[in-house]
Amino acid sequence: MVKQNTTLDIERNLGNFAYPETHTHDAGVGLSEKTVHYISDVKQDPDWVREFRLNALRTFLSKPMPTHWASKDLEAIVFDKIRYYLSGGTQPKRSWEDVPDDVKRTFERLGIPEQERKFLAGVEAQFDSEAVYSNIKKAVGEQGVIFVGSADGLKEHPEIFRKWFGKVIPTGDNKFSALNSAVFSGGSFIYVPPGVKVKHPLQAYFRINAENFGQFERTLIIADEGAELTYMEGCTAPKFNTATLHSAVVELVALKGAKIQYITVQNWSNNVFNLVTKRGLAHEQAEVKWIDCNIGSRLTMKYPGVVMKGRKARGEVISIALAGDGQHQDTGAKMVHAADETTSNIISKSISIGTGRATYRGLVHVPKHLKNCKNNTECDALLINANSRTDTYPAITVRGTGNAVQHEASVSQVSAEQIFYMQQRGLTEAQAMSLSVNGFVNDLVRQFPMEYSVELKRLIELEMEGSVG
Amino acid sequence: MSNPSAVLEGMSEVAPEPSGILGGRPGRAHDKLPAWFGDQQQVAWTQFQSLPMPARTDQAWRFSTVAALDLAPYATAHPPSSSEAREVLERSTGLGKTAGRLVFADDHFLERDVLSEKLRAAGVIFQPLERALIEHEDLFRRHFMSQPATLGSAKFAALHEAFVRSGSFLYLPRGVEVELPLETFHWLHTENAAIFPHTLVVADELSKVTLVEHFRSTDRQRAGFACGVNDLIVGPGAKVTYICTQDWSDRTLSIQINATAMARNATALNLHLALGGKYSRLESLSRLTGEGAHSDMLAVSVGDEAQEFDARTLQDHAAPHTNSDLLFKNALNGRARNTFGGLIRVEPHAHFTDAYQKVRNLLLSDDAEANSMPGLEILADNVKCSHGATSGQLDEDEMFYLLARGIPAPVARQLLVGGFLNEVLERLPDPVLVAQLEELIVGRFERSGR
Repeated sequence: MVKQNTTLDIERNLGNFAYPETHTHDAGVGLSEKTVHYISDVKQDPDWVREFRLNALRTFLSKPMPTHWASKDLEAIVFDKIRYYLSGGTQPKRSWEDVPDDVKRTFERLGIPEQERKFLAGVEAQFDSEAVYSNIKKAVGEQGVIFVGSADGLKEHPEIFRKWFGKVIPTGDNKFSALNSAVFSGGSFIYVPPGVKVKHPLQAYFRINAENFGQFERTLIIADEGAELTYMEGCTAPKFNTATLHSAVVELVALKGAKIQYITVQNWSNNVFNLVTKRGLAHEQAEVKWIDCNIGSRLTMKYPGVVMKGRKARGEVISIALAGDGQHQDTGAKMVHAADETTSNIISKSISIGTGRATYRGLVHVPKHLKNCKNNTECDALLINANSRTDTYPAITVRGTGNAVQHEASVSQVSAEQIFYMQQRGLTEAQAMSLSVNGFVNDLVRQFPMEYSVELKRLIELEMEGSVG
Repeated sequence: MSNPSAVLEGMSEVAPEPSGILGGRPGRAHDKLPAWFGDQQQVAWTQFQSLPMPARTDQAWRFSTVAALDLAPYATAHPPSSSEAREVLERSTGLGKTAGRLVFADDHFLERDVLSEKLRAAGVIFQPLERALIEHEDLFRRHFMSQPATLGSAKFAALHEAFVRSGSFLYLPRGVEVELPLETFHWLHTENAAIFPHTLVVADELSKVTLVEHFRSTDRQRAGFACGVNDLIVGPGAKVTYICTQDWSDRTLSIQINATAMARNATALNLHLALGGKYSRLESLSRLTGEGAHSDMLAVSVGDEAQEFDARTLQDHAAPHTNSDLLFKNALNGRARNTFGGLIRVEPHAHFTDAYQKVRNLLLSDDAEANSMPGLEILADNVKCSHGATSGQLDEDEMFYLLARGIPAPVARQLLVGGFLNEVLERLPDPVLVAQLEELIVGRFERSGR
């Protein structure tokens, strides 16, 4: 049993730096129709987008905060004190050379250009509201893969963009998807043509540099029939004294036989409210897989979902959450079975350290007259300290015969015997603890691409440092 | 056997005119009831009126058909005529050998089989509520409605408190063990009758008892409303087994609010068998307040046609070294719906808790529906907790095995469903009780003819 409280901030410091703001476009503080018009003007939105935003703003204002089930901490968000749009007013650059110096230094410190050279098929880097860098390897571009910012996507490829935009996650899905729909800026638009299998991952990196700021990127990924794609996103923000809001909407569409893998390593600083809506639509025999790792933020509420619309579609969520002192990781998954023989799998592991709280919230829905649908859900929680907290709130609906759904959850702690055993063999208590925790999440960490899984292991080791006394 | 008036020795029933329950609280049921009781009922009535009706958006009522909770048609009922009472008593057969029995119809006390001289001499009290109110006022008052309804039905608990006029009070003094079970029957009789059965069990240190309650309707076609509360107060080292068999008519709306408080080293086992009713909701709270307390929460439901069952549970661990184990099994046919919302809550400092929760749904038709919300909230350390929920159907291989041996399909299905549910019943220590419950389940299968 480990009693002592912890302070863990070692790895967060990597992203904990900020440069002076040099924005030329600033929508000011607070949210009104004026803010939305300002954003639409700057972005030169087509009329339908402006209309879409205004509608969404009305929906956002009319919806109550979901505090009847969610954390009361949401009430700490003061929408009137947030800045909704900040940008340098330039187009994203194709080469790191052209990116402004301080922005470039930001991403260099985070190691993004290096990673791109090493193993990525394309990178987009977003700084506050807009992408500053966007590049796709020539070979990938020649296969017909489109990888641009959402604003370019809606202007340059309206025929594909409009067909799916807002269809997987309607504006009114929840209060924060409505907020995003009103003020969205940045994020990626990706289209992979039929049969194209993108070998290396595409990556987006989201950086918040400004204080009192809300980042609302919007990502839409479409994998056409038989296409395959892996997309990764990372994020950081410096540690300001005031709360920052990040509220993204990510929509994935996997057409017949397509496969999309979406990987997130979320490492926001401890004052970011991370309220994200992510959902994929899987057509016949398609597969959507979310691999989600939440380490940072003050409060994360994120339940990646898959709507299995076509026969034999498959959905999967692999989730790791690490809740340190003062953090609440409210994560989970939604699996909606809407066709025969669809299968879904949810594996969630969480670790609560110090006063950290990890929550699993899940939804599995199998409507009637479907045959041979299967869901498997496993949630394991590890409690490190006496004052750590973990919750599990699944909701499972099954109708009719011919479907099988199982849910299992367990809560445990690192056993004293394990620690003792390792200490006997010369490890310090901290090393032993770190090893145990890494062992707990190891099978999930291995699902991340090599470069990420090594990084992740190191991150967990660092997070654990000092958690034992 | 004795007649009711003799039991209540000179307590004349005022017999208020039956009234629609939404129209206001009825007058006093008996002229000798203490004033505090009437006052408390009045306060509860005000509370009922001020609390909002449940809405679909309330987390505690998620997936539940709240539209079913229309109370307008129901009214309190006159006492049954003596011939009706005789018929009800004849049908009040349950366990056979019991240590005592109370029978109620439409909230009117009909009869009791008296406790043996030995148990009475030992200080065991088993009597109707309206009598305990007078004869054991302090003891009764200390525990009456002392556990708030926290699982969504605060409004209905208030309604119950405002209207309660009958029920059972069971008290066991320190160290007294009652070998044979005690038994009660609550019957719904008049069309659209509203009843508010109350059960209060207070088991003092190291005592031991089993109470079996039967909730039934005299006519399967008649509508009715039952809003019951049963509170079990289990003292240090005491052991209480509480079994409730619910077989209301197909047109009954029922809400049963159960709370069990367990002191140090106390053991409680709750089993709810739900067979009848159109809409029946069970709220069951196990509160483990003393070290070493142990709670078993068991339930079986068998649904067909358009029946709806809604069960909400809380295993509240408020002390270290406590353990609880929940197992709910539901077999659903026709358009039956079941909702389970359960929570294991381990409060801060309740270290070394073991808590388990398991829900299994067997879907036997294409229109049956099962909603499961098994939850965990862990705020302590050194805890072993797990929960599981599954929904599935009969195993085809098992069916094939039985069919291959010449067993007709309906019988084979019954055997398999019975076997599925049996795992719950077998947790009961008493084989006689298990056999009786099995019989009730078979009766339910026969009624729906599949």
